[in-house]
Amino acid sequence: MKPDKSMPAFQKSFSRRLFVKGLAAGGLLSAMPNVLQASVGNAQLGSAPVLSGNVVDLVVEEMPVNFTGVTRIATTINGSIPAPTLRFREGDEVTIRVTNRLKVATSIHWHGIILPFEMDGVPGVSFSGIEPGETFVYQFTLKQSGTYWYHSHSGFQEMTGMYGALIIDPREADPIASDQEQIIVLSDWTDEDPMSVFSKLKVQSDIYNFNQPVVGDFIDDVSTMGTSGALAKRRMWNQMRMNPTDLADLSAETFTFLMNGITPAGDWRALFKQGEKVRLRFINGSSNSFFDVRIPGLSLKVVQADGQNIKPVDVDEFRFGPGETYDVIVEPKNDAYTIFAQSMDRSGYARGTLAVNEAVTAQIPELDSAQWLEMSDMMGAMDHSAMGHGMGHDMKSDTAGMDHSAMGHGMKSDSAKMDHSAMGHGMKSDSARMDHSAMGHSMKSDAAEMDHSSMGHSMKGSSSSLAVPSQKVRHASTEYGPSVDMRVDMPRTNLDDPGIGLRNNNRRVLTFSDLRSVDGILDDNRVPTREIELHLTGNMERYSWSIDGLEFGKSTPIYMKQGERIRVILQNDTMMTHPMHLHGMWSDLESPEGELLVRRHTISVQPAQRISFLTTPHDLGRWAWHCHLLFHMDAGMFRQVVVS
Amino acid sequence: MNSSIVGLKQNFHKAVLALAVTTLSSVAFSAETDIGQPQGGSAPPDARDPHAYSDGFTFERGPYSQEERQLKLADEHKFWAFIGDRFEYDTDSETGVFDVQGWYGTTYDRLYIKSEGEVEDGRLQESETDILWSHAYNAYFDTQLGIRVDQSREGKDRQWLAAGMQGLAPYWFEVDMTAYLGDSGRTALSVEAEYELLLTQKLVLQPRAELSFYGKDDEINGIGSGLSQAALGLRLRYEITRQFAPYIGIEWTDKFGKTADFARSEGESVQDTQYLVGIKFWF
Repeated sequence: MKPDKSMPAFQKSFSRRLFVKGLAAGGLLSAMPNVLQASVGNAQLGSAPVLSGNVVDLVVEEMPVNFTGVTRIATTINGSIPAPTLRFREGDEVTIRVTNRLKVATSIHWHGIILPFEMDGVPGVSFSGIEPGETFVYQFTLKQSGTYWYHSHSGFQEMTGMYGALIIDPREADPIASDQEQIIVLSDWTDEDPMSVFSKLKVQSDIYNFNQPVVGDFIDDVSTMGTSGALAKRRMWNQMRMNPTDLADLSAETFTFLMNGITPAGDWRALFKQGEKVRLRFINGSSNSFFDVRIPGLSLKVVQADGQNIKPVDVDEFRFGPGETYDVIVEPKNDAYTIFAQSMDRSGYARGTLAVNEAVTAQIPELDSAQWLEMSDMMGAMDHSAMGHGMGHDMKSDTAGMDHSAMGHGMKSDSAKMDHSAMGHGMKSDSARMDHSAMGHSMKSDAAEMDHSSMGHSMKGSSSSLAVPSQKVRHASTEYGPSVDMRVDMPRTNLDDPGIGLRNNNRRVLTFSDLRSVDGILDDNRVPTREIELHLTGNMERYSWSIDGLEFGKSTPIYMKQGERIRVILQNDTMMTHPMHLHGMWSDLESPEGELLVRRHTISVQPAQRISFLTTPHDLGRWAWHCHLLFHMDAGMFRQVVVS
Repeated sequence: MNSSIVGLKQNFHKAVLALAVTTLSSVAFSAETDIGQPQGGSAPPDARDPHAYSDGFTFERGPYSQEERQLKLADEHKFWAFIGDRFEYDTDSETGVFDVQGWYGTTYDRLYIKSEGEVEDGRLQESETDILWSHAYNAYFDTQLGIRVDQSREGKDRQWLAAGMQGLAPYWFEVDMTAYLGDSGRTALSVEAEYELLLTQKLVLQPRAELSFYGKDDEINGIGSGLSQAALGLRLRYEITRQFAPYIGIEWTDKFGKTADFARSEGESVQDTQYLVGIKFWF
């Protein structure tokens, strides 16, 4: 027998581990009679039931769960976490009846699905919500295929269990070949009442951050970089009252990270046969957590982003935020691999095993150490050369430098029709008068193979041209008040940055610059007719999040004209990454040169980054547009969009 | 150990004043209005109108709008907190000290109640209670307006109008400064600054300074004009959770000018060193 004195230490670490990694047997409980009565059926752990066909019934109700050793009440759909996987077919009209058995109103939003606004499921924006006892019938035609998900858009219900996969199979044969597939929904669970978590952040916004700089770090820095170096490393942060380890508001201190509703200790499993090509559909269904996903020993071939097929990219790791999805193909050779998804702040992880049977296991990697945010995450492009043609405002008066011949060359197929002199003149003297849409049309009709990127380059001398996103930073007047603790004047536009904690980690990490939609997805090649510049803003100390310094309650809707091609510039004036989700339409990410890259429904903007996308609102109505970090959204980083 | 405490006491005035100057200059810095700074300042004339994209539509007006706005997020909710900054006991004088704050309101406008005082033998000896309307001034500071009520068992109770600022100064100094206007032309100023040094994620060393100034003598309450009292404290707390932390500490207090004279004539000590145990908590 071991000596008794080892016991207390063991118990202490064990209980902590239980909390962070969860119970092996944790999950939904169905022991309570009153709950059984209400439930539709007993849920199975880790394998959400699959519902398909054209008519589906969903029931929202409360159920007890136990992930950490403590029984709590979750909000579930058909009694399972994740909610049932809905499997539909592109082109079909589906009918989804949602019955609310809660005491409060609920809703379901179909994330990334193009549909009429009344079916979008955002209470107070696109419909009135589903009252207790009521059944709401969602009905829409699926115009797309791919990996999507759905979740509640009411209060904090998503955080307490209301999320599930939505897979739409292509009408024709799927161009992505695989022998089998697995759906992997990542999420975060807290035993606390989400509203109490939120109100704690209102009092002390760093309450869940246990990676704060301490005296020991300073002493270490003094020994490696000298006193002045160590002081310099801290001066800017301390002077500005910003925290360099402010990577996530919520950490494993309150969260247990789940893979398909299973805790890390529970070890969710996907089985494969040797030689199989496995498609993994990763969905970040968490409320407030970015995950960095990798499968040590396996290369991930990323084939789809946000439900849209992309040109395959081989990587070792990818980061994704709440709302985003990535499909990857893997070809396992060993008997077992760990699917490892560490949270961005490195406080914990979700984990499962890809194996040939139930018995074999693979090693679980150590969590990476948490990195400090870098100066570029606070100040943006410190280095002027890194800004490329970001100096647009300095060049605007110098249209003489514009290369008209290069432009003409870009339009090689039919330049006779174009009036170069008129165009050049229009740009030089008063570009506001220039008819960009007409220009775009003439280009599109006779120059299918036209190289937009080269055109973008040739036009970069003119800051008022809409061929490339404007680089001139324009802060909103409301960014100078108490709601905003930081403004970035020289944002970075680099899309090849994997973000804090993933830089130079000796792994090949996916970045936005790797993503290219496959041909035919980005079908709208018109030059945008206007730009909407929005700044993502916040005040960490007050725990307030906003857009242009205005929280939702003080904001006005953003008007978009139906069918208009619009450029949206998102500039992040905070030190956190925000996954921005625009409902009802696609967000076509473009390069700083104006080259269309990839079609997304959720775009994560890194600290001090300025990026842009084009969109065409086809569907009329009122739509939501918000940060998909649930607490940021609820704190006010939310806008309404009117399409008419 | 002893010699270092003596050394600290010798440098006491210098330390208190240095902290006060740092605090005040940091506050001034945070209110700086230079354009082009990453924080604060005032909007340049060409700043964007954040409503320019709305085309005149609101939540209730325009196509597909709702007659009455249904969606209200947390930015329109009211929150509250009770913060027990200091609940401590001085073993020598057998005196208990409390320093608490409570607030209720939105992000930018709150009702604040702050109270601190001394309890001896289960009886409230003296207390100061501020009831304030707190309004966000800039990213890190709130202006506070209201009243203060002083209660004193041995002296005379006083009432004041209060105006001040509370917030976080550059380099993470928690600052609370309030000016007071009482009856018969009485004035007062109180300045408090705190800093938190994280030794580990749970062990926190907290220096703290508090200065009190008065505009005129108040003999009944043993207060002279000018800098009347300074307190410099050092507390070491262990955060069992971020919301509950016991601590030990030491606090030096010193009376100045006529306040010191009044104390001497009452046979009270002018300088005092207290060893404390206490708890800090909030919910």
